[in-house]
Amino acid sequence: MSLSAIFIQLLNGLASASSLFLVAAGLSLIFGVTRIVNFAHGSLYMLGIYTAYSLVQVFDGSVLGFWGGVLLAGLIVAVFGALVERLLLRRLYHAPELLQLLATFALVLIIRDFVLWAWGPEDLLGPRAPGLRGAVAIAGRQFPEYDLFLIVLGPVVLGLLWLLLTRTRWGTLVRAATEDREMAGALGVNQAWLFTSVFALGSFLAGLGGAIQIPREPAVLTMDLTILSDVFVVVVVGGMGSIPGAFLAAVIIGVLKAMCIGIGNVSAFGIDFSFSKLTLVVEFIVMAVVLVIRPWGLFGRQQGIPRGAAAVEPPLYLPSPALLKALAFGLLVLLLLPLVSDRYTLVLLTDILVFALFAVSLHFIMGPAGMHSFGHAAYFGLGAYAAALLFKQALPMELALALAPFAAGLGALAFGWFCVRLSGVYLAMLTLAFAQIAWSVVYQWDAFTGGSNGLVGVWPAQWLASKTTFYYLALALCAGGTLILWRIVYSPFGYALRAGRDSPLRADAIGIDVRRQQWLGFALAGVFAGLAGAVYAFSKGSISPDTLSITRSVDGLVMVLMGGIQTLTGAVAGAAAFTWLQDTISRQTEFWRALLGGIILFLVLAFPQGIAGFIRERWEARSGRSDL
Amino acid sequence: MTARRAFLLGTVALATTALFSGPAAAQGTIKIGEMNSYKNFPAFLEPYKKGWELALDEINKSGGLLGKKVEVISRDDNGNPGDAVRVAEELVSRENVSLLMGSFASHVGLAVSDFAKQRKMLYIAAEPLTDQIVWNKGNHYTFRLRPSTYMQVAMLVPEAAKLNKKRWAIVYPNYEYGQSATAGFKKLLAAKQPGVEFIAEQAPALGKIEAGAVVQALIDAKPDAIFSSLFGGDLQKFVREGNQRGLFKGRPVFNLLAGEPEYLDPLKDETPAGWYVTGYPWDQINTPEHKQFLAAYRAKWNDYPRLGSVVGYTTMMSAAAAIKKAGSTDTEKMIVALKGLQMDSPLGKITYRAIDHQSTMGAYVGRLALKDGKGVMVDWHYADGANFLPSDAEVKAMRPAE
Repeated sequence: MSLSAIFIQLLNGLASASSLFLVAAGLSLIFGVTRIVNFAHGSLYMLGIYTAYSLVQVFDGSVLGFWGGVLLAGLIVAVFGALVERLLLRRLYHAPELLQLLATFALVLIIRDFVLWAWGPEDLLGPRAPGLRGAVAIAGRQFPEYDLFLIVLGPVVLGLLWLLLTRTRWGTLVRAATEDREMAGALGVNQAWLFTSVFALGSFLAGLGGAIQIPREPAVLTMDLTILSDVFVVVVVGGMGSIPGAFLAAVIIGVLKAMCIGIGNVSAFGIDFSFSKLTLVVEFIVMAVVLVIRPWGLFGRQQGIPRGAAAVEPPLYLPSPALLKALAFGLLVLLLLPLVSDRYTLVLLTDILVFALFAVSLHFIMGPAGMHSFGHAAYFGLGAYAAALLFKQALPMELALALAPFAAGLGALAFGWFCVRLSGVYLAMLTLAFAQIAWSVVYQWDAFTGGSNGLVGVWPAQWLASKTTFYYLALALCAGGTLILWRIVYSPFGYALRAGRDSPLRADAIGIDVRRQQWLGFALAGVFAGLAGAVYAFSKGSISPDTLSITRSVDGLVMVLMGGIQTLTGAVAGAAAFTWLQDTISRQTEFWRALLGGIILFLVLAFPQGIAGFIRERWEARSGRSDL
Repeated sequence: MTARRAFLLGTVALATTALFSGPAAAQGTIKIGEMNSYKNFPAFLEPYKKGWELALDEINKSGGLLGKKVEVISRDDNGNPGDAVRVAEELVSRENVSLLMGSFASHVGLAVSDFAKQRKMLYIAAEPLTDQIVWNKGNHYTFRLRPSTYMQVAMLVPEAAKLNKKRWAIVYPNYEYGQSATAGFKKLLAAKQPGVEFIAEQAPALGKIEAGAVVQALIDAKPDAIFSSLFGGDLQKFVREGNQRGLFKGRPVFNLLAGEPEYLDPLKDETPAGWYVTGYPWDQINTPEHKQFLAAYRAKWNDYPRLGSVVGYTTMMSAAAAIKKAGSTDTEKMIVALKGLQMDSPLGKITYRAIDHQSTMGAYVGRLALKDGKGVMVDWHYADGANFLPSDAEVKAMRPAE
């Protein structure tokens, strides 16, 4: 690259960093004050660009109409965000942590179907910005005027936010709440109003970040999730709650991507390497590196654990005879079911069993071990791919199935070593980064993994070909795996994990190597997720990178939270409910995603403690005992 | 609490009925299973659905098939192979469908194709473009309607070779479709035009192109011409940045699929004039079969057809033609019937080749132009798919023996 080419690519990077920064700043503010991991932030961005598109059409492309439309779109999204906070999230501040995440996930589903219903399926490319339609010559090249405007806009918004946060009373309150929410509350700060206003401002920034993109990109229905992962990366790399950090991170990622594209293909020592292909995953590599070196992001600080927001998790009692009886009865029903059910029921139940084990393994590290993972699908996928690849190497299917979980376990051992050094959202995001890196390798390595098309022809051995036999195999492995994991929770190792979660200092003082226990727990969860993945591969006959995508990881989270994170059996209930709901609802209506979102919202509001948690509560109320 | 209890009871009741309800006995109807990623690719698949619904109407109005009414059971496959295989199983074992059709994304299509082989079911892949589905990973049970990536590339190559440009830059979405298009283009053009050079390649992630940087990198490479297989949002971003930065000035651009209304219409006044594309100029095709399709489609939907509509309509008609010719819904008989089946489509006569189960449906090759603030195709001609396939020997070498 010539010097002038580098300079222009630098400008390109800065231009795309601006919109990213706006959206990320909103997310960072919301997280800092409310501690909500807002999955719907990308949806607010999408609402912003669609609303702006319509407003600009209505105002008919005049200068005032364009900018007025963009600003108004941001304001509309702000009002929407404030309503979401007041009507929905407010009810959940005292629920177990991460439940708000489930509620915002439901919003993602609803908003996406709403946008499809309101604006239709076609991509909508907005007009160029009036007054900034053309390009100017820079370094002998044509550079769009609008991009120059964006380059200026980023720092201006950063400056305004800085003034707002440091020079106004409201900003002081926001910073106080970010620092210590309960203390701010104790000193008489009206938290309800503060949360609503912060949510409105965060939503405004997301909506505006979307609206200013209309001259640069079309409104499409998948942009909510596309931007979401990028924005999370920016916020975490910058340090959650830090606005300057978000700006720096956005610039780093924007510029790095532009440079990768600018460098293009390089061949050295006879090896061709395409830097432009690296854009698939570069932000996640940056995040992994930053988090390994600086566990709280570039400008972040260690966060105090929010006190008293939700009830402290009660200790886990040994399962009562009644619960054991219920479990044994359930198992018996599953054993006898093939006698009366049709073929498809078995196929659906096989899926449910696989996802139940997957969710239980995720719950194992999230619940008893206290490590939230946003990238658990990595181990599910590693198991699935290991099984498929070993099978393709002409290994007997049974052997491939037996070895695959250990491949996943090795992956978890490697990634886990880094992850257990972090905590909270940072840990979760590092698991996500590793999952994305694993995903991109699988997605790219055509010769070995089949690339984006995946591998086909991964069918079970002849004696397992019947759906009934395979169902029994899945039942044996998945129910067996689940029972082993549950047993481990009550082993000395399990107690050590829970001790490390509840009080790392005290656990350390009595001689528990907390980090090592967590590391082994992480690897163990990986093994069982891998087992679920291997069974999944053979039940489907094919395997593709979807198995380790973000979507799969999020599905796992949703299952655990729906079931109730504070109960042992919750993950199973959640997996069954989610898989069955998805299967049933998608047959009922065209807008099944919105319906699924609506049902999840209802569940969140009616049973904030989860399905199994709700049953436990009823049980306790009846018998005065606590033992599910 | 009562509301909660009612909800729980209702859920349990619903679950029980769903689990144990057997297949509804359906006398006098032929059931066809259809599945697609409706929520993942709505821009293409909503018109597609309208297309097959129109065809279904026509079939039933003319008395159905084999004296029976035809019913389509349509499912959303959630855009991933695992769910698609489960949905396919449901269609086969619970709904007792006679055959499967549909799919959009290549990896989903391949998974369903392998499922069809395992379950010995006929599967007509509507949209997946991957070459593998009929060649390297082809099987006895799978047929495919749309012209594949290879065929569409082959349709553009003669035009590209005519220009005799030496230095080419390539941009493609970084997954199998884009990779195959690029590999195919390089191979075919190099064969026709020895000495051609491919000097730059950009492979942005699907749906996440950094258009400004990509356009700038291509300008800096100073190519004589550009080949692109971008589509959807990526294409729109690329075009706008390219127009603003002058990438397309004096450089011919070849872009697969960019003439399809799904991808062309959103470009509006940004449409880059002069591009060589494959597509579907629905408003200018004057053959009787297309006029008839257009009139029927407009009458039913009060909208114009996209390419997806043609694909949906023709897939449904292919299934009907197979059943009619077989005189039965027996899988083997339908497969025998489909091999070499000739039928009419809105784009003209097509044949399902016996050798690889690929239909000879073609595409329109032409150039883009801007007319009244909208993109249109001009100087176009219909490229019959039959003329853009590798030799039989090559196909046989690629396709696994049955």
